[in-house]
Amino acid sequence: MDRQTLKEPRQEQVRRARVEKPKAASPRKTGQRRGSRAAAKQAVTLKEHVVEIVSDSGEGAQRCGQSFGSVAARMGNGIWTVEIIPAEIQPPARSIAGASGNRIRVASERVTNGGDEADLVVAFNEQVLLGRYRAKELKPGCIILLEDKWRTDPDAEIAVSYAHVYDELVAEGYKVHEIPMESECVKYVPDPRRGKNMFVLGLLCSIYSLDLEMAREQIRFVFRKKDAKVIDLNLELLGAGHDWAEENLDIKYAIPASKPKDPQIVMNGNTALALGVLASGMEVCAMYPITPATSASHYLSDIFERVGCVVHQAEDEIAACAFAIGASYAGKCAVTITSGPGLSLKQEGIGLAVMSEIPLVVVDVQRGGPSTGQPTKAEQGDLLSACFGGHGDAPKVVMAASTIEDCFYSVIMARKIAETFNMVVMVLTDASLATAQQPFPRPDFNEQWLAPPIDQSAVPEGASPYDWDPRTGLAPRFIPGQPNGMHCLTGLAHDRLSHVAYDPEINQEGIRNRSLKLATFQKTLKAPAIFGDEDGDLLIVGWGSTQGAIEEAVERLRADGKRVSSLHLKFLQPMPSGMKDMFRRFDKVMTVENTWSDSLDSEVFDEDSRRYAGLALLLRARFLVDVDCWGEVKGQSIKPGKIVRAVLERLP
Amino acid sequence: MGIPVSECLLKLMAEGYTLDDYRGDIPPRWCTGCGDNGILAAVQRLCRDEQLPPERTVFVSGIGCSSRFPHYMNAYGFHGLHGRALPVAEGIKLRRPDLHVFVSTGDGDCCSIGAAHWIHAIRYNMDMTVLMHDNQIYGLTKKQASPTSPRGVKSNTTPRGTYLDPLNPLSVTLGVANVSFVAQAVDWIPELLYDIISEAYHHKGFSFVRILQRCPEFMPHQFDPWVQNPDKMLLLTHEKGVQLSAGLSKVYRKQEAHDPGDLHRAREIASLSEQIPVGILYRDSDVPCYEDVRMVDRLHTPDVIKGVLEEEFDKFTIWPSE
Ligand SMILES: Cc1ncc(C[n+]2csc(CCOP(=O)(O)OP(=O)(O)O)c2C)c(N)n1
Ligand code: SF4
Ligand SMILES: [Mg+2]
Repeated sequence: MDRQTLKEPRQEQVRRARVEKPKAASPRKTGQRRGSRAAAKQAVTLKEHVVEIVSDSGEGAQRCGQSFGSVAARMGNGIWTVEIIPAEIQPPARSIAGASGNRIRVASERVTNGGDEADLVVAFNEQVLLGRYRAKELKPGCIILLEDKWRTDPDAEIAVSYAHVYDELVAEGYKVHEIPMESECVKYVPDPRRGKNMFVLGLLCSIYSLDLEMAREQIRFVFRKKDAKVIDLNLELLGAGHDWAEENLDIKYAIPASKPKDPQIVMNGNTALALGVLASGMEVCAMYPITPATSASHYLSDIFERVGCVVHQAEDEIAACAFAIGASYAGKCAVTITSGPGLSLKQEGIGLAVMSEIPLVVVDVQRGGPSTGQPTKAEQGDLLSACFGGHGDAPKVVMAASTIEDCFYSVIMARKIAETFNMVVMVLTDASLATAQQPFPRPDFNEQWLAPPIDQSAVPEGASPYDWDPRTGLAPRFIPGQPNGMHCLTGLAHDRLSHVAYDPEINQEGIRNRSLKLATFQKTLKAPAIFGDEDGDLLIVGWGSTQGAIEEAVERLRADGKRVSSLHLKFLQPMPSGMKDMFRRFDKVMTVENTWSDSLDSEVFDEDSRRYAGLALLLRARFLVDVDCWGEVKGQSIKPGKIVRAVLERLP
Repeated sequence: MGIPVSECLLKLMAEGYTLDDYRGDIPPRWCTGCGDNGILAAVQRLCRDEQLPPERTVFVSGIGCSSRFPHYMNAYGFHGLHGRALPVAEGIKLRRPDLHVFVSTGDGDCCSIGAAHWIHAIRYNMDMTVLMHDNQIYGLTKKQASPTSPRGVKSNTTPRGTYLDPLNPLSVTLGVANVSFVAQAVDWIPELLYDIISEAYHHKGFSFVRILQRCPEFMPHQFDPWVQNPDKMLLLTHEKGVQLSAGLSKVYRKQEAHDPGDLHRAREIASLSEQIPVGILYRDSDVPCYEDVRMVDRLHTPDVIKGVLEEEFDKFTIWPSE
């Protein structure tokens, strides 16, 4: 039983004795004083707040959080929402590991990451709250709105546990408000477990001065597939929550919105990814379900047929990759979407596509690894396996999406590169982008995004399928159906005619040309822009989903007078030219990556044994620069505040 | 049954593909006496007789001696990964129903490393002709036991003989949902080999032909009892299956009139142990093909794509809210 206390699970007996009665000063049971406060409230203006809503899974905190984020976004606020997902589908009720919900960062301006610890938390029971507390997700002294029904729970153990947590949090300076969520909700619904979330949405609308009409619209949208009764009930709960807060709570904020000029859409990274597949003109997505990639395929399955296309759920990832390769070979460039363990299984197929120069897009929505690792959690641990995971020398393009918007455009770009260069293009995203939501400008459809219709014209007689251009390494692509193009593609070493090559010179020629092709592609890349000054004391280099947090950290450090800048890479393989010169203008270069790297905190971790994070290793090898690195593997996006701390440790 | 010569000549003059048109530009490199040579000859004949345009015909294979097959054809070929021929072929067929797809796979390729794909390929029932070259041994890697090696076969990995009974590819195939065509042929009766592959080609769906294929290099006497004694063979004939020429009928006297619609009897025939059945065990032309099931009547044009994208963007638009 490690349920009762904040930090020391085993001391429950001692502590139990301490709490007998609830504190008199507690703001609970304030329902009687209706109307007394409303008039007195003055909204405090904030630049931003991080709000968390956590419950047992199935109690709807996720939906509440998403709706809250959407309403704020509709009002024109910058938002970033992060899902809080328990590992199990049905974790036991009231368990620390079972916290399910949403974290929403709401701001006046556009935000690019989930921010730091929470400023306000709504918890449906004290155990999930404890989970978040122990995970150090609460800002010290933050506001907590806690369901109060557990205080009087018939099960004495529960009541005592609740009282403990409550008292300790109050003692630690948290501003805990007990909210009679359930007793208020039973007035409207027989099963308050399934209605509380909209009551809470009402509370939050009141606290953050959100437009109630927009919240009503949101409810109508969320429940659009349900009947009118359900919608009305939820509207009622929303109103009840709002009114209750107006009358009983002393908390009132306003986060003024700076309305964007262009049309904005809001979605998570996987939805953006799926729409990117559709917008790229690809016709086939072959996949095998794996968290956190699957939801992209779920959504794609829903919409893809409307443009005549297919999501094929194969029997495994090996088949999914081979299937995509078959479709691409037949002229219909395909994508296969997966996550770490699936990427491992696809590696042999990826090598075949490289060897035989079949265009292919592989998306890896990274999760915690190795092995089954942390399926629902974010990590950036697959960079090296994306670059070098298969056997032999297999040059391919590896790129990473760094924002939700970028998930959309990356796939479009990947398809284009794949078909222009007859190459494998890996697109890396991760669990944090997959599930986070953020508004971004509504894309303007461009026909150039689409794949051209397949070429079925006759190939000139005598043309060879691997007629590598000596300058670029590029070879033509003969698609079945093209007269005169018949040849037998093979994963064996082959000559220009695609004949199996036993000749050592020919083997070397093929490998050289595939490498040349990647170099040719490299010449098309532009150097990324430095964020901050062009020179200084320290340059942070990052890739993928960490962009927002890194740049926010840089802003904070610069505001503090530190000479820190950052550089964010979209292409990890090959890398653009010009970076070495950038590195030279800084005293120190370091990467920040959401992956493991040894820090020199043990006797046996020294410069001889130290294992660097993936990007740091790549940069050190390529540029002969002493690149340091910092990161963590806590299954979530790195917070800007932590980056600030890591950087400060490294500054003179 | 072959097409009479006169008819062939007529065809030839009209459309023009000759046997030579299907010969790849490198000669087969199989061992002398290897059964794969006979399978290649039968398939080239079929292509000629059906006048398949080489540019619209794709031969897919995995890895193994038998998987060299596509190199020896003049057509599009895909010599891919060990065990993965079937999913590649499925990917090709899904969006290109205009292509004739053939698959050559070995017993190791199909029944061992690719077994999962095999089971599911049967269930997808995509329109392709699958030739499983079963020499009951791993040829290319030089004599290791395969899942179809009879119990007791001495190989480099089983020097004291294999330990287990073999897997029966016919029974397995007949046991999977959506099975639509199962046949067995042997390389040493070329006439029937041709007829059976031709039936397989004409069946719309996943046509699985297990071909018992001699490997003189590593299993020199494996099929001797059957090659030498035609009475150990059981020829399946039927008006809905293959019919025997007078010559064949005389040599192979053990025959059974087997209706390919009779799944129950097909399963019994599949599990015969002494006799080798040859012919069409099972055929059901009504099983839907996955490529048809997944075909949606929607155009994939820029306008349609734009339309759907805009509709979806509308759903996610938060600003302006209306
Ligand atoms: C992943 C992988 N594992 C193993 C091999 C080695 N290998 C190539 S062919 C083969 C077996 C071939 O046997 P079979 O499929 O029966 O074909 P045959 O040569 O008998 O025609 C093996 C094990 C490989 N190429 N790839
Ligand atoms: S080893 Fe056997 S299967 Fe391979 S080519 Fe020689 S005879 Fe044929
Ligand atoms: Mg074999």
